[in-house]
Amino acid sequence: MATLTYRQALNEALSEELERDNTVFLIGEEVGEYGGAFKVSQGLLKKFGPERIIDTPISEAAFTGLAVGAAMYGLRPIVEFMNWSFALVAFDQIINNAGSIRFMSGGQFNFPIVFRGPSGGGTQIGATHSHALENWLANVPTFTVINPAFPADAKGLLKSAIRSNNPVCFFEGERLYGIQGDVPEEKDFLVPIGKAQIVTEGKDVTVLSSGFSTHVVLQALETLSKENISVEMIDLRTIKPYDFDLVASSLQKTNRLVIVEEGKPFAGWGAQIAYDVQHLLFDELDAPIYRVSNLDIPNPYNGKLEQEILPNPLRVIQAVHNVLR
Amino acid sequence: MVDNISFSEQVHEDFKSSALAELPKEMRLELYKTMVLIRRFEEKSSQSFMQAKIKGFCHLSIGQEAIAVGVCAAIGPEDVVITAYRDHGIALARGISPKACMAELYGKSTGTSKGMGGSMHFFDKNKKFFGGHAIVAAQCPIAAGVAFAQRYLKENTVTVCLLGDGAVNQGVFHETLNLVSLWKLPVVYIIENNQYAMGTEIHRSTAGLPLVKKSVAYDMAGMVIDGMNVEEVRKKVLEAANLARNENCPVLIEARTYRFRGHSMSDPDTYRTKEEIAEAKKRDPIALYSQLLLDQGVLTRDLIAQIDKEIKKVIQEAVQYAESSPEPDLELARKICFAEEDSIEPPQRPLYGLIVD
Ligand SMILES: Cc1ncc(C[n+]2csc(CCOP(=O)(O)OP(=O)(O)O)c2C)c(N)n1
Ligand SMILES: [Mg+2]
Repeated sequence: MATLTYRQALNEALSEELERDNTVFLIGEEVGEYGGAFKVSQGLLKKFGPERIIDTPISEAAFTGLAVGAAMYGLRPIVEFMNWSFALVAFDQIINNAGSIRFMSGGQFNFPIVFRGPSGGGTQIGATHSHALENWLANVPTFTVINPAFPADAKGLLKSAIRSNNPVCFFEGERLYGIQGDVPEEKDFLVPIGKAQIVTEGKDVTVLSSGFSTHVVLQALETLSKENISVEMIDLRTIKPYDFDLVASSLQKTNRLVIVEEGKPFAGWGAQIAYDVQHLLFDELDAPIYRVSNLDIPNPYNGKLEQEILPNPLRVIQAVHNVLR
Repeated sequence: MVDNISFSEQVHEDFKSSALAELPKEMRLELYKTMVLIRRFEEKSSQSFMQAKIKGFCHLSIGQEAIAVGVCAAIGPEDVVITAYRDHGIALARGISPKACMAELYGKSTGTSKGMGGSMHFFDKNKKFFGGHAIVAAQCPIAAGVAFAQRYLKENTVTVCLLGDGAVNQGVFHETLNLVSLWKLPVVYIIENNQYAMGTEIHRSTAGLPLVKKSVAYDMAGMVIDGMNVEEVRKKVLEAANLARNENCPVLIEARTYRFRGHSMSDPDTYRTKEEIAEAKKRDPIALYSQLLLDQGVLTRDLIAQIDKEIKKVIQEAVQYAESSPEPDLELARKICFAEEDSIEPPQRPLYGLIVD
């Protein structure tokens, strides 16, 4: 095990996969000379050269579409969005082209493409820069949506995403780049797509989250454990397709579910999971499911107010209390 | 518009007297036949559409056949072609079978896209035909990406991307030209300027005409060609492809043409006069070419009749094939959503939305 930051873990994943497969390339704004706006790609230009670490003009639609075309021709592009919020100007290329062409061509083309970058609010950069687009992308039938919380998962899942023959939307927590964690050192360390993990075992209530929200839950747990509430905490890691089996086995034990997600509430992934659970596990539930999400207000600049709007430990604690009532 | 037509006639005069007549006879016959094939194919699809056997949108390229045929005659089988939704003609010119094309229009599993794409979304990876793209200008950056990959893989191939005159006003078109010029990608963009985007005549939508001037801002080679003259299209696209292929010089071509039918099958065509259409039809690319070939003794009346008969049969067979082919089912739709995984453990993918008992 090595102790790495989330940022370093991602950097290692990129570096190892670029090393492993010549058809992998990284494209985006400031990924080369600058080393990435968040320094995720630092050092890669020197290692792999400008043919494979490609700085672009500020033209998300064009370089995203270019990556889609390159994938259709057999390459394996990794597209970095300086911030996932900027992907909004490339949505046609992402959704219609990366998301639909395989299907519309009767399955003739593969899209081994990763879209990645920082996502989510909490850094006081206003509504335009603070979207959590996981739900929007999870709404595309052919997309895999990943949102790791810890450095090891960031590395292992990014490597899996790059090796996948299907399009992956990879959401990195903007507030997670600096956190540290143990990361296995073997070169072929992969975390499987679609598998959640239990962070803490418990018996009273299952709390489900992903990405930065998992850290919000960890904070809430400090209070909850003092209250002797035993929380089974599941970190989803992959949002779509999500690990229903692990959720189900946990609910057989706890019979109570709280879902914590960073996105806005309406039509969020938590709503889908809540639907599936009440539909398929109705008899297991002893209480209504609670969702803790962003409030339905654009993210404000004001820091105190933004924290109030984002899912926060207080609301998680409140939801856990409610579900146990 | 008037200036387009006079321009085109001038070019046509040049063509008649130029060295273009050097093409081998077989090739010239092939160009002619392919244009006729496209014309008859689309006339038939128009009929089937009226009989409600073809549904959805159906955009015909009648009048624009010389571009499809000239382009495909100018590039090799390893080069890539990509276009917008008005794609039947170029797909046929690229050598995709009329059967597969017709079956796609009928929504059948034997179609070019297994009935999942329809008229606007023909694809054939083996023939290096990369679609059929129905969001205006969306194919432009894809073409740049294919060209990027061609160079990345150190091939000597090029990509040709067709788009409409309306597509020129999309942002992604401009972003893409900037990229391909900056990176000197082996790609040729061909604007099929039929002077209309649906009902909007080009002067009502576009500043900075003629369209070829868009190349100037991005420091690309620009060409204007007569899109009604199949041999000129072939020759100029060949030149352009060579520039892209050998000189790292992406090219923007404005090909002047006219669509003789409505924008799509459901367009009553109220925004232009009968006289204007009749005037344009005087430069019907098929009529122009057959006359030229007759004049030069390459075609005879008999040969024309024989070709018509052959093509009629091909079209009939395509319709029969389409009609008798099976419909795609949910299982197929589900299967093609995802490529097989070979380097990772494949995730389980439930079909969300299905009601489970
Ligand atoms: C982004 C987008 N906006 C609008 C449309 C609807 N639409 C389809 S074709 C078309 C006109 C395009 O004209 P042009 O590019 O000149 O191509 P042509 O139809 O003449 O071949 C429009 C507005 C669309 N498909 N995509
Ligand atoms: Mg047009």
